[in-house]
Amino acid sequence: MIVSTPEGTPVPSTAGQTIGPFFGFGLPYQGGNEVAHPWSPGAIVLSGTIRQGNGDPIPDAMIEIWQADSDGSVPTARGSLHRDGHAFTGFGRTGTTDDGRYLFWTRNPGATEPGKAPFIAVALFSRGLPDKLHTRIYLPDDEAALAADPVLASLTDAERATLIAVRTADGGLQHDIHLQGEKETVFFAY
Amino acid sequence: MTAPEAATGAPETPPAPESLLAAPDQATQAQIRDEIVAIEEAHARALADGTYEGGRTLLDYPPYRSSILRHPTKSPKQIDPETIELTSPAFGQRDVAAIEADLTLQHAGEPLGERIVVRGRVLDGWGRPVRQQLVEVWQANAAGRYIHKRDQHPAPLDPNFTGAGRTITDDDGWYEFTTIKPGPYPWRNHRNAWRPAHIHFSVFGSAFTQRIITQMYFPGDPLFPLDPIYQSIPDQRDRDRLVATYDHDLTEPEFKLGYRWDIVLTGAERTWTEPEGGEH
Repeated sequence: MIVSTPEGTPVPSTAGQTIGPFFGFGLPYQGGNEVAHPWSPGAIVLSGTIRQGNGDPIPDAMIEIWQADSDGSVPTARGSLHRDGHAFTGFGRTGTTDDGRYLFWTRNPGATEPGKAPFIAVALFSRGLPDKLHTRIYLPDDEAALAADPVLASLTDAERATLIAVRTADGGLQHDIHLQGEKETVFFAY
Repeated sequence: MTAPEAATGAPETPPAPESLLAAPDQATQAQIRDEIVAIEEAHARALADGTYEGGRTLLDYPPYRSSILRHPTKSPKQIDPETIELTSPAFGQRDVAAIEADLTLQHAGEPLGERIVVRGRVLDGWGRPVRQQLVEVWQANAAGRYIHKRDQHPAPLDPNFTGAGRTITDDDGWYEFTTIKPGPYPWRNHRNAWRPAHIHFSVFGSAFTQRIITQMYFPGDPLFPLDPIYQSIPDQRDRDRLVATYDHDLTEPEFKLGYRWDIVLTGAERTWTEPEGGEH
């Protein structure tokens, strides 16, 4: 398609397509999962498993995260593809392992506005998934903020549980994503 | 083949990922085509009577067999994006070297195949350029083989072709890649399944909600009606938007053939106002 209408005219958007099975040499990159340098102050591990409808792990999914820094500021630093080991760019990307796991080094995001429940924005792609999915990973710590969150308030308890990470003993975050099934994660459209 | 029962206490060993690539039922192409047509007709009826509520791509699309266990069964929940979702990671020239936009220059020799240039613009839903943003591509070589270790299709690898590239859009939203036209390739969704030639595109917008991964096709491919991935987009107008346009003015004499393809991100639903003072 070549768009020939003048600027300011609504244009139908391009449809998404599956990432397919063979993205591994094209999209993941070295350091992609190190949103924060592993040895930097405040660095935590965010990890989990991505599963399909029968509970099997998905070995060919790709997950991207985008988040505020610990003080709630939205990162504007460039350099997500060539990390300098210092700047916090807020973006990470990783493919799942053969057993469906993903792992990021990052920081706890802060609330972008006072009183808001902090969360990590997620875009998810997989072989067998015809288009991207969006979800959120909420931090479990601030119960008052979680209770006040309008999106979480609109969900059943079971749905709500699919969006809130578990704090691990070492201060990290554990969060599984289910594309389908009893624990199906809540996905969003905007 | 059924995996043997894991011994008690032993960690479960996942199956080799490449063993999952073949759909268990191996339907015929005719069966797949019948399923495609039935869904297309149901979609057209739903559009006509105003009951269609899905997006441009069907997440639940059984002709694409691996989607059966991987599509959410509930419709995505419609929400208002928050601050972080209304912004996007920023990529810049530090992230991408200029040479990454030429997939024919990544090795000591030149790759085999038909050299092409693909040029287009990344626009938002109001036709405004998406400036200084990342566009990534990956593709099979001219013989239809991916360099990925799980692609075991018996077509040759090309020692002079990897098939991955990146660029940053300019201030008018333009991107350009020089590459080799990818070949069609077989996959194991059903018996005698072949993908039409395509280049995978990954694009960022100015909001994370605009993130898109899609595929660009070449005009007139005879495999279009047979391919459950292309057909997972039920509206012909939307499918047509994934097909590049041959542009003879972009073709360079005795060097490469030119294709044009624009990518439009979501976002027309937000109110657009004329910038004050007519400035950008």
